[in-house]
Amino acid sequence: MSIKSIDPRITRENLSEEPDQNPIKELNHWQTYEVFHQTKKGDHHIHVGSLHAPNAEMALILAKEQYARRYECVNIWVVKSANIFSSDYDDEDIFETTPEKMYREAGGYKVMEKINKYKKERKGV
Amino acid sequence: MNGIKDFTEIQTEAAKNLLYRLADDQLILGHRNSEWTGLGPILEEDIAFSSMAQDKLGHSQALYQLLHNMGEKDPDTIAFTRKVNEYKCCHLVEYPIGEYDFSLMRHFLFDMSEAIRFNMLSSSSFEPLAKIAKKFKGELKYHTMHAVTWINQLSTGSGESPDRIQKSLDVCFPLALGIFEPSEYEETLISEKIFFGEKALQEKWLEAVIPVLKNAGLKIPDIENITAAYGGREGIHTEYLKPLIDEMTEVYKIDTGAEW
Repeated sequence: MSIKSIDPRITRENLSEEPDQNPIKELNHWQTYEVFHQTKKGDHHIHVGSLHAPNAEMALILAKEQYARRYECVNIWVVKSANIFSSDYDDEDIFETTPEKMYREAGGYKVMEKINKYKKERKGV
Repeated sequence: MNGIKDFTEIQTEAAKNLLYRLADDQLILGHRNSEWTGLGPILEEDIAFSSMAQDKLGHSQALYQLLHNMGEKDPDTIAFTRKVNEYKCCHLVEYPIGEYDFSLMRHFLFDMSEAIRFNMLSSSSFEPLAKIAKKFKGELKYHTMHAVTWINQLSTGSGESPDRIQKSLDVCFPLALGIFEPSEYEETLISEKIFFGEKALQEKWLEAVIPVLKNAGLKIPDIENITAAYGGREGIHTEYLKPLIDEMTEVYKIDTGAEW
C-alpha cells in the first residue's frame, strides 16, 4: 500500500507505507561550511550558522537563502568548518582570570580624580 | 513616460496582454517550484528553491495588482477564477516538476529570460511597469546566480550527472523558446516603447544562455531545426495546466474569503 496524504504531492510519490530500512549513505562529498554575514559595510562579519555544500561557490549560493533572506545583509563569508582551528573545551579554564587584577580592567584606571582636579583648576582661571 | 491614464485603447490592451503573460508565467512556475517544498534534494536547496518560488508569487502579485489598477479584477480573483484557456502562460512553466534536473534546467532557462526581460522593462515608457521591473532586479540576479552555479556544478559532476543535465536541456529547450511566442500586440508594444519585443528578448537570451551552457560543457541544441512550443500565449495549453489550476484553486473554491 502507498501512503495517502492530504498533501497531493506526497500521494503522487507512491511512497510505501513500510519505511525504508536501509540506512542513509554518508554524504561523503559534502562538507560543512560556516557562514558569516555583515549587516553594514565596514561592520564585523558575524557568525550566523553552518550549512552543507559541495564547494565554496555552492555554499555561498545556499548561504544567501539560509541566513540572509530575512535580515539586512550586504556581504557573506563562507569558510570550511574544517579550516577553523579552535581551542579545546577541556582548556576552557584558560579563560578564567583571577579577580584581583583590577589594573587590567578599564575601571582600574583612576583618572576621575585627575580630571576633577583639572576642571577645578580651569574654573579658577 | 506614460502612466495608465495616458494610454489609448490599443495601448492599454497591449500593455494588459503583456502583463497577463508575465504574471501568469510567474504564478504558474512559482506554484510548480513550490511543489518541491519539503521534498527538495537537500535541506539547504529545499529552502533556497522554495524561497525563490515565493519570490515568483510575489512578482505575479505585483503584476496582477498593476492589472487591477488598470481596471481588471483584484489579484486573487484574476489568479484563481479564470478558465484554463484564459491563462496566457507559456508551456515551459506548465510541465510537472519531474526530476530535479528538469526543474533546475527550467529554472535556469526561464529565470535567465526573466532577468533580461525585466532589465529591458526597467526602461519601459510605461512608468508603473518600469518601477516594478526595477524592484525585481536583485531577486532575479540571485535566481540566475543560483541557477548558473547549479548548472555548472551538475554538468561537471561525476556519474550520470552531466548526461541528465544534457537530457533536461534537450527537453527544455523547445519549451523555453515558447517563452518568446510573439503576441498580436508586438508592434504596438515596440513602437510605444512599452517593451522591446519578444524577438529582441530571445536574441539577448540566446546570447546569455549559450555561453553558460558551452562553458558547462553541454551540447547546444540545433536551434534552427527546433519547433518552439507556441500556443500558451493564445490560451492553448498543455494537458498539465488544468490539474495544476484545480489543485492551486482548491482552497479558494471551498472558501473564497479564507485567510491564510
